[in-house]
Amino acid sequence: MSSPFDDHAGSGAWQAYCAEQRKAQTEKNRAWILGGVAFLVLFLTSAYLSHFSPGRIIEGLPKVHEYIAKILPELGVTTIREDMAYWFYAFPDWMVLLGETILMAYVATLLGTLGAIVLGFVAARNVGPNRWLTILSRRFLEIARTVPDLVYALIFVFAFGLGPLAGILAIAIHSMGASGKLFSEAIENIDLKPLDGLKAAGANWVQGMRFAVFPLVASSLVSYSLWRFEINVRTATVMGIVGAGGIGQELITAIRMLYYEDVSALILLIVITVSLTDMLCERIRHGFIGKENLS
Amino acid sequence: MTLVPGGELSVAQAKQCYPEIFAINWRRRLMHGLAWGISLAMLIYGLVLFDFSPLRIWDGLGQLGMLVRFMVPPATEPTVVWEFMKAIFETLAMAFIGTLFAALLALPFAFLSARNVFRFRLGRFGIRRSMDFLRGVDQLVWALVFVRAVGLGPLAGVMAIIISDIGTLAKLFSEAVEGCDRKPSEGVAASGGTTLQCTRFGLLPQALPMFISSTLYIFESNVRSATILGIVGAGGIGYQLSERIRGHHWEEVATILILILVTVYLIDWVSGKIRGRLIEGE
Repeated sequence: MSSPFDDHAGSGAWQAYCAEQRKAQTEKNRAWILGGVAFLVLFLTSAYLSHFSPGRIIEGLPKVHEYIAKILPELGVTTIREDMAYWFYAFPDWMVLLGETILMAYVATLLGTLGAIVLGFVAARNVGPNRWLTILSRRFLEIARTVPDLVYALIFVFAFGLGPLAGILAIAIHSMGASGKLFSEAIENIDLKPLDGLKAAGANWVQGMRFAVFPLVASSLVSYSLWRFEINVRTATVMGIVGAGGIGQELITAIRMLYYEDVSALILLIVITVSLTDMLCERIRHGFIGKENLS
Repeated sequence: MTLVPGGELSVAQAKQCYPEIFAINWRRRLMHGLAWGISLAMLIYGLVLFDFSPLRIWDGLGQLGMLVRFMVPPATEPTVVWEFMKAIFETLAMAFIGTLFAALLALPFAFLSARNVFRFRLGRFGIRRSMDFLRGVDQLVWALVFVRAVGLGPLAGVMAIIISDIGTLAKLFSEAVEGCDRKPSEGVAASGGTTLQCTRFGLLPQALPMFISSTLYIFESNVRSATILGIVGAGGIGYQLSERIRGHHWEEVATILILILVTVYLIDWVSGKIRGRLIEGE
């Protein structure tokens, strides 16, 4: 490729400048080539390790299509009512299970948020009561959110028995870790003057947190919790896969026992539930923010 | 508004001057009380329904303590650890390939669901709703479906990651595109560019750093979620984990948990570095 700096005519200063530019260009090219080669190696290794080859994809895609065709129901235009009734034959039972799933997410979000509030204050670097307690609670929150909730559920099913209890505790611990981090970050960004004022008036740590810090972060706490609730509803739908309650139990049974049409009906119901929750939470959040701005 | 002459203002005086501030807003109190009451009632109903008895919690915690005691010390035999390391690499590979292809496949959908690129409203609506559908189903459910369709193994996991993250990334990407400045693309149009050229040279360069940054975020999140895809047989460390838990090999479970923690930390750290450099570099 030709560049203006390849021209060797001109003064000495220009020559030196050109040489410098050429060198910079070669270095940039070398970095690109190195990056490209590293990416390619990473890509090929990963493709090999994850069995991601064109042959297997071409072999697999028709099977995916076949399976999707199998789980979709046959709906006729004239017999739509009977067909729908047949497709959703267990509709009342499923609604009860969906309600249970949402309630699981609700209880877990509340418990998790409660833990996150307490630990969030302790884990905030600017207002924490004690340096060692702060470090300890930060590590604890880190571990709580790094282990996926389903892994907690797998272990809790052994300790607390099959059923929603294990699932709720698993979701609660994981969301405590995630919200606790966000919450302590929110606290670290606040203005400390109200707290100084209360301290000067003789407030103890709990009073300071309650009356000077909490009011400043309450609105972000609400929006984090609503957002967390949306995520937890989604998670609660799969807890049943490891036996920890909710609609997932029904889904995995339908998939394992090859009740094809149930699979699509359940997936559809889950999607509708998740989308409705998302929409509702967004409205509540907007309502909250609107009210905050008005007052 | 009445102005109070200077000096101290007693509470009684203040009440007299500004009755509307001190008035009790009964409607608001009622609404607050109702909201709190309903939330509390739901919580209590849930706790009762799900059998949150203190006895059960206590027993469970005792059991949990026992499991933790079994986990110490974690298994350290080289052959076992090497087997787990291989599974961890498989997990990382699944997350990498899955995120890469999800990002590539999400690009067209992202542009087609961005208001400033695709002006056909009904088409945009359809694409957005299908992306919502892909996102609304948890990755694990997709993994279950793909395991049924293409069989056990990491390929099903990769497919699950790709399908569910096309939805997520298309949404994030389209938000990035909608946040772009219009002027460069108008400039391209003014010098005779087609819509495709406007998008390529006017919008893509602006949105690219955001694209890369959100892709890296999703990669981090996929490393976490790929660790559990194995529970339903879709490859990775999750398979080893659920097998060890079922077989009560708790010291090996501890090793796997430690490996997952270390891997997730490392990946978050590396991806944070890359993100920092790319964003600063731009």
